[in-house]
Amino acid sequence: MSEAPQTSTAPRAPAPQVAHAPIEGPRDAKMRTRAVNLWYGDKQALFDVDLDVNRHEVTALIGPSGCGKSTYLRCLNRMNDTIDICRTEGEIYLDDRDIYDPDVDVVEIRARVGMVFQQPNPFPKSVYDNVAYGPRIHGLVNTKAELDELVEQSLTRAALWNEVKDRLGDPGNGLSGGQQQRLCIARTIAVGPEVILMDEPASALDPVATAHIEELIDELRRDYTICIVTHSMQQAARVSQRTAFFHLGRLIEVGETNDLFTNPQQQMTQDYITGRFG
Amino acid sequence: MTDATTPEGRRRVSVQGVDLGLARRYAKERRLKWLGIAAIAVALGLLALLIADVVLKGYTAFWTTEVRLTVDLAEAELDPDGTRLRADLEDANFRGLVNDALYAMFPAVEDRLERRRLRGLVSGQAARDVQRMVLNDPSLIGTTRDVWVLADTDIDQLWKGNIDRDLPENRRRVNDQVVGWVDQLAAEDRIRSAFAWNLFTNADSRDPQLAGVWGAIVGSFWIIVVTTALAVPIGVASAVYLEEFAPKTRWTDLIEVNINNLAAVPSIVFGLLGLAVFINTMGLPRSAPIVGGLTITLMTLPTVVVATRAALRAVPPSIRWGALGVGASRVQVVSHHVLPLALPGILTGTIIGLAQALGETAPLLMIGMIAFVVDIPDGPMSASTALPVQVYLWASSPERGFTEKTAAAILILLGFLIVMNALAIYLRRRFERNW
Amino acid sequence: MTGEHIVRSYDTDIDELVNTISEMGGLAESQVAGALAALTRRDVEAAERVITADARLDEIEEKVDQMSIHLFARRQPMARDLRLIAMSLKISNDLERVGDYAASVAKRAKRLDPGLQLNAIGSLGRMGALVQDMLTDVLDAYIERDDRQAMSVWHRDAEVDDFYDSLFRELITYVLEDPRTTSACIDLLFIAKNLERIGDHATNIAERVHYILHGDRINRVRSEPA
Repeated sequence: MSEAPQTSTAPRAPAPQVAHAPIEGPRDAKMRTRAVNLWYGDKQALFDVDLDVNRHEVTALIGPSGCGKSTYLRCLNRMNDTIDICRTEGEIYLDDRDIYDPDVDVVEIRARVGMVFQQPNPFPKSVYDNVAYGPRIHGLVNTKAELDELVEQSLTRAALWNEVKDRLGDPGNGLSGGQQQRLCIARTIAVGPEVILMDEPASALDPVATAHIEELIDELRRDYTICIVTHSMQQAARVSQRTAFFHLGRLIEVGETNDLFTNPQQQMTQDYITGRFG
Repeated sequence: MTDATTPEGRRRVSVQGVDLGLARRYAKERRLKWLGIAAIAVALGLLALLIADVVLKGYTAFWTTEVRLTVDLAEAELDPDGTRLRADLEDANFRGLVNDALYAMFPAVEDRLERRRLRGLVSGQAARDVQRMVLNDPSLIGTTRDVWVLADTDIDQLWKGNIDRDLPENRRRVNDQVVGWVDQLAAEDRIRSAFAWNLFTNADSRDPQLAGVWGAIVGSFWIIVVTTALAVPIGVASAVYLEEFAPKTRWTDLIEVNINNLAAVPSIVFGLLGLAVFINTMGLPRSAPIVGGLTITLMTLPTVVVATRAALRAVPPSIRWGALGVGASRVQVVSHHVLPLALPGILTGTIIGLAQALGETAPLLMIGMIAFVVDIPDGPMSASTALPVQVYLWASSPERGFTEKTAAAILILLGFLIVMNALAIYLRRRFERNW
Repeated sequence: MTGEHIVRSYDTDIDELVNTISEMGGLAESQVAGALAALTRRDVEAAERVITADARLDEIEEKVDQMSIHLFARRQPMARDLRLIAMSLKISNDLERVGDYAASVAKRAKRLDPGLQLNAIGSLGRMGALVQDMLTDVLDAYIERDDRQAMSVWHRDAEVDDFYDSLFRELITYVLEDPRTTSACIDLLFIAKNLERIGDHATNIAERVHYILHGDRINRVRSEPA
């Protein structure tokens, strides 16, 4: 994870007004966060983040290193729970349920909100077992035949089936970087999530593998809701329908990707996306 | 001045500067390299010296000296009633037969004292060996057989050349007469060297010719069994809890520091603890491998915990995240992914810890495993010694025969340690499939 | 373009842009056709239709601008994609100008005396047909990515220029013969000029198609009309 714990030396200046680009009609928000504040120990990493992740859209989170975008992403499936010193406040809804509610099962949340990481991290098992792992632990299938079918389906969805169908028993680590990342996506899909979070999924890949991943993301949007963190605003522009710009733990601006990259409402956004960041 | 400001001029100057620095840097690098090589050479040299010394002193112990006796297994002596009953044969006077065979070889020896010396050519084991032969095959009774029997330890030492024949007679353990007998035996081809199976099959004995390490090996085996059965599960479980589940609070910090401290506690202290707790309080039998194992467990636990934690920490966090990301619970993350990946590291650390425990002496002395035990232990509760203790015991025995036995026991102990370390390396290679 | 993009939606976006340009081209063609009809057949209604439909072209041009800008921002196009999108911006501008000239022709045609009979009108019709062909061919060349066709359009511009020169002399002769026709002749002269400009824009589009395909300019040395 490249997002180091945040610096909280951010001046306590009043937060700039978040510019919500006008969106025609109420769009269907799959995940909503309201007034999310997050601390690593004494350092505050997120300040009052209000953001919606819409159904069947790709929402991209951009911003300079340490802006809190990865931290925010990891709030969405409570991955931050694994960090002892991390404390989260605010409301994060998946549909109508606050996922930080005490009686919510975090394992269930992570099954419904899957995650793909920056470095492709297949398990040191076969291609088949990598995909089959999630369904097995969640008991999603009863027979071997069902499992076979689910594995094939997931790999097909991840646009990997044709490349690996003859070597399902081979180690997952033996695939190329791009294939490994698609294997990780297949692994996530196999659990049947509703939302897929991606933390810089292509930053360790070459441009062609990146293009394949981006095509896959665009394809997956039809069935899933996707939220992606990326260092590359070009990538955000390519894959997303909506883009949110973070800076120093605050959400500065969120809007249609087309609008945000051609006509940002905030000076800071303008400076960042035009490479004038001081 | 104008030259210096042109780009070429500036570059030339700086490259020269770099050249000078480079030479110095390379010289430094070479010096450091040679220093390292020298250090390794010193370490290897000392190790070679140690091993050479032990091997030179000890290799003869793997050979023993035997004397060929022509024993007349007369029926009248052994089984006058002709019953061939085992009980009768066990009571028969084989000792007398062996003595007669010796007298027959040297008929000139009449003097009582000399005859006693003559009897001393063979070890006390000789009569028993002949007896065993007859018991196995009673049909031998009534025949005359050539039997190779174990020579006495002094004869053994003389034959191996460990006793200097040029010394004045009164400063030698064997007098001129005995030397003469041995020479006669050699001339008649009645004395030979044979592999010392005794060393591996016998337990300890007062007679260096008969003393073996099997009792100590069995004792060490039970200690290792007890230690493995306790230290590995407890150590791995505590390491997994501390590393994967325990919140990082002041308490866990305290525990962590104490575990590390425990690894540094002198082993004799653990021996005292074992004596106080296991023997005096819990009333477990003194000198028993179970107490030794328990004590060694206390000593090995911190090693296992530290090694396991290091192995767990070496598992890349991305694997944990990947598993958490598909909704695995923490227990599933640990049991399905982290532990299997950490296994080679855990095994290596544990085996090295156990090898250390195998060579541990001090705590065993405290719990009475230093006793002289002639019987081979039949379980973890019976009195026993252990290999390193055996080394210690023999090293403090004055007989010439025990000197080489000590070295031999050291070699056997080293052999076990090498086997265990090799096993550790093998297991690491075997399981460290990096895929 | 040769081959498809790994990211299929990129192809979709580019196709949409090309389709919009061709829609715009089609509209420009029908505008020119309408204007010529208004001129040669004195069809006032056709003239009105052309004049009102011009706004639609402006609208599409704006749409092409938006699409191109979004493509630049979102796809970071390179090489042929870059040339295609940048040139599409310019082509839409050309087509918009074509539409303006067509509207201008329609306005002047509407103003002409319905009873006016001049040979020049027939000549203008033939010139218009030539220009119309050029426009159709160049749009085909754009859609089909056909450099040869684009080059043929580019060469035909000389004919249009010659036509214009002869028309100019013809109309001047009319005015000198009968000064009463001055007003009509000026209108016709402007129409001729507009048609010539439409031909220039078709030529421009041909150059842009060539640039999209090859990344270099057509050698500008062309036999200039004396």
